[in-house]
Amino acid sequence: MKDQLYAVKERAQQALDQATTSEELEAVRVRFAGKKGELTALLSQMGKLTPEERPIIGQIANEVRTFIDAGIRGKKAILEQAELNRRLEKEALDVTLPGKDRPMGKQHPLNLVLDEIKDAFISMGFSIASGPEVEYDYYNFEALNIPQDHPARDTQDTFYFSPEMLLRTQTSSVQVRVMEQTQPPIRVISPGRVFRIDEVDATHSPIFHQIEGLVVDKGITMAHLKGALELISKKLFGPETKTRIRPDFFPFTEPSAEISISCFKCGGEGCKFCKNEGWIEIGGAGMVNPKVLAHCGIDPEVYSGFAFGMGLERLVMGRYGVDDIRMFYDNDVRFLNMF
Amino acid sequence: MNVSYRWLKEYTPVDAADKTVAHELNMTGTEIKGFRRLDEGISNVVVCKILSIEQHPNADKLVVCMVDAGEEEPLQIVTGAKNMQVGDLVPLAKHKSTLPDGTKIERGKLRGVVSNGMFCGVEELGLTVNDYPDAISDGLLILKEGTVGKDIREQLGLDDTVFEADIMTNRHDCLSMIGVAREAAGTFRLPLTVKEPVVKGEGKKASEYLKVTIQDKDLCPRYSARIVTDVKIAPSPMWMVERLRACGIRAINNIVDITNYVMMEYGQPMHAFDYACLDGGHITVRRAKDGEVMKTLDEQDRALDSDMLVIADDGKPVAVAGVMGGANSEITESTTTVVFESANFFGASVRRTAKKLGMRTEASAHFEKNIDPQMTVAALNRACELVEELGAGKVSPDVIDEDYSSKTLRCIPLEADWIRNYVNVPATDEMIKEMLERVGFSVDLSAGTVTVPSFRSDVESKYDISEEVARFYGYDNIPSYSFSADIKSGGLTEEQKFEKNLRIALRSVGFSEIETYSFVSPKGADKILLAEDDEKRNYLKIKNPLGEDTSVMRTTSLPSMLEVLAGNYNNRIPSAHLYEVATVYRKNAEEGKLPEEPKIVTLGAYGDGIDFYDLKGRLAEVLDAMGIGAISYVPCKTNPSYHPGRTAQIQSGNTVLGVFGQIHPTAAKNFDLAGEIYGAELSLKDLFACAESKKEYKPLPKFPAVTRDLALVCDESVLSGEIEAKIRTVAGAILEDVKAFDVYRSAALGESKKSIAYSLTLRDPQKTLTDADIDPVVQDVLAALQADGITLRQ
Repeated sequence: MKDQLYAVKERAQQALDQATTSEELEAVRVRFAGKKGELTALLSQMGKLTPEERPIIGQIANEVRTFIDAGIRGKKAILEQAELNRRLEKEALDVTLPGKDRPMGKQHPLNLVLDEIKDAFISMGFSIASGPEVEYDYYNFEALNIPQDHPARDTQDTFYFSPEMLLRTQTSSVQVRVMEQTQPPIRVISPGRVFRIDEVDATHSPIFHQIEGLVVDKGITMAHLKGALELISKKLFGPETKTRIRPDFFPFTEPSAEISISCFKCGGEGCKFCKNEGWIEIGGAGMVNPKVLAHCGIDPEVYSGFAFGMGLERLVMGRYGVDDIRMFYDNDVRFLNMF
Repeated sequence: MNVSYRWLKEYTPVDAADKTVAHELNMTGTEIKGFRRLDEGISNVVVCKILSIEQHPNADKLVVCMVDAGEEEPLQIVTGAKNMQVGDLVPLAKHKSTLPDGTKIERGKLRGVVSNGMFCGVEELGLTVNDYPDAISDGLLILKEGTVGKDIREQLGLDDTVFEADIMTNRHDCLSMIGVAREAAGTFRLPLTVKEPVVKGEGKKASEYLKVTIQDKDLCPRYSARIVTDVKIAPSPMWMVERLRACGIRAINNIVDITNYVMMEYGQPMHAFDYACLDGGHITVRRAKDGEVMKTLDEQDRALDSDMLVIADDGKPVAVAGVMGGANSEITESTTTVVFESANFFGASVRRTAKKLGMRTEASAHFEKNIDPQMTVAALNRACELVEELGAGKVSPDVIDEDYSSKTLRCIPLEADWIRNYVNVPATDEMIKEMLERVGFSVDLSAGTVTVPSFRSDVESKYDISEEVARFYGYDNIPSYSFSADIKSGGLTEEQKFEKNLRIALRSVGFSEIETYSFVSPKGADKILLAEDDEKRNYLKIKNPLGEDTSVMRTTSLPSMLEVLAGNYNNRIPSAHLYEVATVYRKNAEEGKLPEEPKIVTLGAYGDGIDFYDLKGRLAEVLDAMGIGAISYVPCKTNPSYHPGRTAQIQSGNTVLGVFGQIHPTAAKNFDLAGEIYGAELSLKDLFACAESKKEYKPLPKFPAVTRDLALVCDESVLSGEIEAKIRTVAGAILEDVKAFDVYRSAALGESKKSIAYSLTLRDPQKTLTDADIDPVVQDVLAALQADGITLRQ
């Protein structure tokens, strides 16, 4: 009996080794461990054994059963894994075929950069102010210390609706509106469209965007203007960016300055983009002219402030290498998709 | 303005490299846009004297010359030129010389005869006949004066650098050599020397020739004049020609050149009249009479009016004051007596006149900036000094000077401490005094005052003084103070955040952002089929537009959107889904008041399978993302720009947010667009007003939902939205959602009938629903629909 049991074990081992599918494995289970299987058949003869033999044979029988069950479980796992592997192989896809289109729209490059600029200023405690594009002459010129017949009006050819109403030529008009409505401390930027008579070509557009900044508080000095310009240039163009100001003239600031930054193409070495100067002019700035403060009901003996303005198109063209300003207003989808 | 370095050095001993001069001037506020050497490329070219000219033995068209080039032996030169004679001085490019165009000249043989170089004409030297009116373009430059062997650069004054200065509009004093020199002196901390002109004078007094009356003193505070008799019109000497040339002014004759020279030097425009042409020997400065006409020097008849100031004799105007002289009193070859005018005119008036007449001249460009009335006499005397120096005539011993200008100099308290703080410059009082005095101010430290020179009318207050100090101390040397954020301020407003998020939402459902012009063509209204009386035709019109296409402020951005779609369509781009948050301009009913400037979210799309329901689905996603609820869609058959059967108005509650649908095929065709084009126009303000930004947590349902599908049959004219609304009303709170999921038509249903299948989701938050709960609800719904003729499909 003992030998017979070991023979069953031997045969079961062989059968397990030979089984290659789940079906064959099931047949092995039925043949050896099933209710009518070989082991059961053998064990039914246990009654014939002596009481002394019975526990010994019983132990061997358990050993063989455990062996067969474990063998089947083990083999089953192996076969299932192999079958899964075969299925996965069949399911394989050509991953180089294109995905399904779920297109997201693109942000216009002007707004893309403008959002960055807004975020940079917001992180410095600025708010965003806006004002009308169709504006009174008063806000665009008079209140900014540019009276009728002032030569500065020549440099900003203006679209008019009437002698008193025009399309703003500069976002500085918003400065006045903000100062009329708010007492210092003031810390705003006002981005927006401005309009000047200019024939359209690769570098000129009768519509473009400016970003105007204004800070008014007690004790603001020129060093604060420089500090703010340096900080914002670094935020926008990278930590290595250097800022330079030099004297300029604007009727609404005194002293006035032109703002340049070290060329973001060559880092100031001089290249084609910066015309070998190493610097790129990005806008104008200055201490708010006391006449402008007074016009807006802010006492220049108590408060002082600085203002600055930058052209958005120029910055965006520089950053992305766009060589034609008309691209921004043509809205060719291929162009928009580049950003 | 072109600034000659050599000329500049006459006033202040600047001795720095060209690049340094340009940089330093830039940094103190005189913008130098560029500079160039006049002799760039020229080397080893000298003055030579022609000793002999003989026919070339082997060539008919060549001659062989022997020249003295200042060397021990004469040089042999072969040339094809014809316009020289023995004894002439001409430029010679010697062996191993270079010319501005890059040509290298070497010794060589021409038809077998050695030539030790090449004679030069004006063009070979990089000059033009405008620089040398006597020269011819296809021959040699015959020099009127010169030293044999002298470097041609020196001889022709080409050893010079010209700086191109862009003078700021408030610095009229710098529209002159003396002004720029003063800035250079301040920049380089050097003295400035301007010699006072000395005029000998002779003959009869000017007042015996001429009387000057200023009628309109408000427009002409000062008029100075001097008489020159025995005028000999002749070419100017080379030194003057060269200086004018360096400044970009063409020499004409001595009298004209002198007026130009003095304008360059002092910034004071001058005019010369032929005395013989002045009726009555009397000049009156007066407003023109309406209807008066005068021919100006450019041979144009100018219609004058009473807003314009003229210089007139007893019979007629002879010049438009500060703008241009009249042809009737022009200096000619036969002129013998000249009136030199050096006057001051009110800037705004000159500006208006020049603008009205459409002739902005060098003179008007100066006058309109309100130049200093205190320089008329100095400039006039300088001109007369030059007349005597050039032997151009005899100058009257006296000056006629009608002077009503204010002589009071502005005096400003110094406030040095305030300046040091305001522009953050640690300059001592003495340093400030030195800086200011170098550029013409006088500073009294004990009195604590700054006196502003008459030519600096731009300096009015301590702020202007602070700028003077800052720029000469150097903007570069001003420190940078940190700028810290005040945590309680800043950030976007709710409305700004909403707009930003809306743009993001539109992009996430596939629309790309565009930017189009604010001014448009009025024809856009026709193209989008607006009725003749549509309020959107009530445009704000630009008085001076670039052209008709950009002549009115847009009231809708739909035409611009369609134009952009058409542009892409024409570029064969298969699909475009675009949006613009476009400001439009609604004319104010009250004349003279600013328009309303609402923003309209405008969408446009074609291609990629877009249809009405696709667009509707995307819009619904966006509205949901923006927290805009209680949405309903109402058919819109009346918007002329859209397809009458495929357009809906979107409402949130009772607020109309806008419209969307298929663009009317005729409108699309007007933009050369074929196929189905879709659009939408939504009001940003109303979207924001209907948005609920507050989000609220509700516990997840504990009990399962049950769905029931109903296939209903109704007339074609019945709208799904109506059925849905009915189902919602009747079913009440137990109904969680109802959604149409299929529309079916067949012959069995009958003509003008359709079947719509709805899926109802029902749920009770307190228990699991059973048929006993649901069936009565469904029966009620069906009964209510039955009453409207809507039946369950059999």
